[in-house]
Amino acid sequence: MEVGEAPVQTFPSMVDRYFRRWYKTDVKGKQCEDHCILQHSNRICVITLAESHPLLQSGRKIKSISYQISANCSRLQNKVSGKSKRGGQFLTELAPLCRILCIDGEEYTIYSSNIDKRGEFQRTAESDGLLTTWSQCASETPLVGVVPSKKEADCEYWSCIRGRLLEVNENILQEPSLLQKKPSTEGYIAVVLPKFEESKSITQGLINQEQYQDIISKRHKTTAAIMGNTDPTSLSDCIL
Amino acid sequence: MDSRGLEVMFPLKEKDRRVVQMLLSAGCCPRCILRFCSVGIQPTYRLSCKELFTELHKFLNDDEDKSKVVEYDQPPCKKIRLQDSEKNDSDSEQNGAVKLLSSGNVLPDDEVKTCTVCLGILQDLCETDFVKKVCAKVDSAGYHFNSLVFSVSLPPQLLVREHATWLLVKQELGQQGNILKKDDILQLKEVYKWITHPLLSEELGVPVDGKSLFELSVVFAHPETDGDCHFLATACRECFRPTKSKQSIFTRMAVVKALEKIKDGDFLQQFPHQLERPKSSCVIQEIQCTHDSIYVAGRYNKFSRNLPQTPWVIDGERKMESSVEELIGEPLKKMFKVDSLNFSSSGREDVDVRALGNGRPFAIELLNPRRATFLQNELKELQQKINSSTDKIQVRDLQIVTREAIGHMKEGEEEKTKSYSALIWTEKAIVKNDIDFLQDLQDLKLDQKTPLRVLHRRPLAVRTRVIHNMRVEYIDLHHFRLYLKTQAGTYVKEFVHGDFGRTQPNLGTLLNMTTDIVELDVESVDVDWPPKLDE
Repeated sequence: MEVGEAPVQTFPSMVDRYFRRWYKTDVKGKQCEDHCILQHSNRICVITLAESHPLLQSGRKIKSISYQISANCSRLQNKVSGKSKRGGQFLTELAPLCRILCIDGEEYTIYSSNIDKRGEFQRTAESDGLLTTWSQCASETPLVGVVPSKKEADCEYWSCIRGRLLEVNENILQEPSLLQKKPSTEGYIAVVLPKFEESKSITQGLINQEQYQDIISKRHKTTAAIMGNTDPTSLSDCIL
Repeated sequence: MDSRGLEVMFPLKEKDRRVVQMLLSAGCCPRCILRFCSVGIQPTYRLSCKELFTELHKFLNDDEDKSKVVEYDQPPCKKIRLQDSEKNDSDSEQNGAVKLLSSGNVLPDDEVKTCTVCLGILQDLCETDFVKKVCAKVDSAGYHFNSLVFSVSLPPQLLVREHATWLLVKQELGQQGNILKKDDILQLKEVYKWITHPLLSEELGVPVDGKSLFELSVVFAHPETDGDCHFLATACRECFRPTKSKQSIFTRMAVVKALEKIKDGDFLQQFPHQLERPKSSCVIQEIQCTHDSIYVAGRYNKFSRNLPQTPWVIDGERKMESSVEELIGEPLKKMFKVDSLNFSSSGREDVDVRALGNGRPFAIELLNPRRATFLQNELKELQQKINSSTDKIQVRDLQIVTREAIGHMKEGEEEKTKSYSALIWTEKAIVKNDIDFLQDLQDLKLDQKTPLRVLHRRPLAVRTRVIHNMRVEYIDLHHFRLYLKTQAGTYVKEFVHGDFGRTQPNLGTLLNMTTDIVELDVESVDVDWPPKLDE
């Protein structure tokens, strides 16, 4: 341990003091594209990436982030006014939030939906340095599912929460690395305000921290079992 | 009483004679008659109704020149009553011409009928029995007061009846070549107060004073004649606005306006010249006592990190025990005997933040206090009582202030600086040198987006705030104390942890590491109010 390395904070962090962590794993069926929704006691939700998200695994370098999700719609144009936050774009299940382009050409889209994982993807064969690793894992693990490929570049980031979009994080536009360095705080994606009536029900499609940890450890076990590799460190880069 | 004495008390003139006779037969009470004759002498109205009747009678009989219908041969029992409704009505039906009464046989009657103009307001409703009844109510309400304001609400139809009677008298005088302007008639309310104020003063033992903080209000109603106003709605449509609630559209203001507009001819067409005799007087709809709000101000210290400023209740459930408001307010409520209060202060601190130093200015509005006057040392006693009852808060400079003074406090909230002390945790290890530079930063400008923790009830905006200066006290590798002097409205917690990077710059960006706030104290609220009191 380095001298001066920070010990674990003995009192709860700001996030843990004010927020409850909820998770949505494999959003839109995309393997490991896990989102973490921070729910404040005042019902406001912050959309962030969960630690297990591909973008947060080492080696990934973000090239750019864009909030232009279609020809007509940019999340940057979102403007709210007044106490009741009028004018904010209402996000439904299938609303994308932003697209993230990696240096290696991978593109991820972050959504704001609360849909159930459905169906299976058809895998298309692609190969490049990194994908090879993935497809390797994939080919040997047909049960686990499909790896996102370049062709299916529109892996979008969903917000996992139905509600009014209050703001998107513009700081990550200037400094994309924030997303990876501080995914739970400065690297947040968006702030969403659910409808008052729905504030309790929106978390119904989400899992809590314990359940999330369960899924993560199951993934690792499965991968280890299938790959015959019990060394956990080599698995951290293998997104399955 | 001889005629000269009569003239002193009763300044009626020749020209008034016909008016008096006409009004008497029209069912008008003596005091209203005097009003229509422009008698402006207060004491006259304070004579009893019986006395007034007698005087009027004498006045009428004083004239021996005018021809009279005298029924000398009538037996005494068959006296013509002054207010014999049927007979007089039939006498005056033709074009308002009224037959002269046989004044020789006019006598005051014990069974006095209700006045057609004032509906009893200037009759029994201003005399001792009525006053005693009202004062009994006041006594039972339990107020302490040194003076009072007496306000009376009269049913609007009185205005209509007054107007009708004026037209009648105006016409009569016109025939004599005299003018009677509406302004020449004494106001009903004014006369009413002339009579009632001394009686109230005597009964309650305090003067009647227009500036008094204590108000006694009486509302009269006369449902029987509420319909009198209705014709105005069609005659002057534009004066009456539809009301949302069940309340009548015939407000005093609307009726006054309509009566100003309506032409005499139109009025007489719609409204009977001869007023219908009411069956009874007005009734008391409401007697209400209210005392103006009293304002008590002071400064409070909060030593607990578990105390909200105002009661914390969600969906009817109390989420946290007690509050600053209740600890100070409840004893005040008891002392001033109020049912409710409004607590306000120069800014607020969170539940987990202490208010140290001189404390934070606050003001409490006590609504409708039953007791409003206290000596300064009585307040001091209450302050000591509050302070010894709890260690969560302490109060100082408790005093009564005026409503205007509250402005100083709110001004402080927006304009004055605040000083804080925060215990900081740093993610990376630090040495003293790492944080000293913070002391060199003067007037550091921050851009603070509305903190997420209040975003649900405040609009999303960016606020520029200034941290005037800072001072540091190194504690250990991961802790130091930060003292700051900030502009009013600066979110200190968010400056320390950055609020997801939505406050820029923040302590984390300045130190280039993750920082968090462990504890926060308000060291001073730099407002010069309320005035400091000697201990």
